[in-house]
Amino acid sequence: MSGYYFALACCIGLVFFLVVLLRRQRMREKYALMWIVVSVTVCILGAFPGVVGDIARTVGVETPSNLLFALALLVLLGVSIQLSVEITELEEESRTLTEEVALLRYDVEQLAAVMVPHPGDGE
Amino acid sequence: MTVAGGTQVLVILPAWNEEEALPGVLDELHAALPDADFLVVNDGSTDRTATVARRGRTKVLDLPLNLGVGGAMRAGYKFAARAGYDVAIQLDADGQHDPADVEQIVAALQTEGANVVIGARFAGEGVYKVRGPRRWAMRVLSSTLSLVTKTRLTDTTSGFKACDRRAIAVFAADYPAEYLGDTIEALVIASRAGLVVRQVPVHMRPRAGGTASHNPFKAALFLSQAVFALAIALSRPRRAAEGVTL
Repeated sequence: MSGYYFALACCIGLVFFLVVLLRRQRMREKYALMWIVVSVTVCILGAFPGVVGDIARTVGVETPSNLLFALALLVLLGVSIQLSVEITELEEESRTLTEEVALLRYDVEQLAAVMVPHPGDGE
Repeated sequence: MTVAGGTQVLVILPAWNEEEALPGVLDELHAALPDADFLVVNDGSTDRTATVARRGRTKVLDLPLNLGVGGAMRAGYKFAARAGYDVAIQLDADGQHDPADVEQIVAALQTEGANVVIGARFAGEGVYKVRGPRRWAMRVLSSTLSLVTKTRLTDTTSGFKACDRRAIAVFAADYPAEYLGDTIEALVIASRAGLVVRQVPVHMRPRAGGTASHNPFKAALFLSQAVFALAIALSRPRRAAEGVTL
């Protein structure tokens, strides 16, 4: 039974860590929310281990721990895919910004070339 | 350009670490095309590409990051669209494309009534040869893209293209950055936007610097990447082509 307390302790620690990250603005809510939901779920399962057994029997998985592993894999898969989607968006955003910076740099160079230097501005 | 009075032509050269070949290519292009403007898109080079590009009447668009050929080209098309050019021509900065062919490609925009004209190797001109899996891959791509664009295309991975105003607007908004997307997917985007694609034969010269690889593993990788890029491009939901904002 002590294994459950260990898991419970880990989850509480994780939730605490996530809240700290959120408070220090090291992570945005939209990413943290999912992790908090996962942690709280695991906390509940840790506190009431019988629940896993009941769910396992309902969905037809013989060993409750296997159900947990399968669910954990699915959650991690979902998170990875979500992160890939976010990275793709970020790449497109940085691509657009890169283009814009280059176009602005060009305009600045053009303007600088036609500007007459002020007297007293140095060499 | 002598094609039609007052046609504003911009030649776009995406360049990534091309400091050796670029000055020669630019000098040749300036001499061959006295009325065109030139834009070198320096794709985040780590060498002196941007410095050596500033010669003659060349404009330089200096990307602070390396975006790949497709990324550099979209930046170039954005520049062309905002500056209001009538025709944009895309050339490789390594000197493989002969400036003497430019006039013919631009002329084909009008004579063929096309929005995009590809300068195609293996279309009867020149001595450019490719063998083995890479050739089969190019055949598969050509036949599929010929169906998509409703015209006979033989060289779909050519980086030698001319675009009119409509095509510039489409490519300024949507030009794939992915490897091979810049050639294959760009044609799918063009035909889905209702643009007319045609090809004219050109002859291809050997590279001015560096060597192309003839590694069977790389050829197989090329084939799978190309087919994958094409399949994804074709299965992509259609977007409204007109009314894009720059």
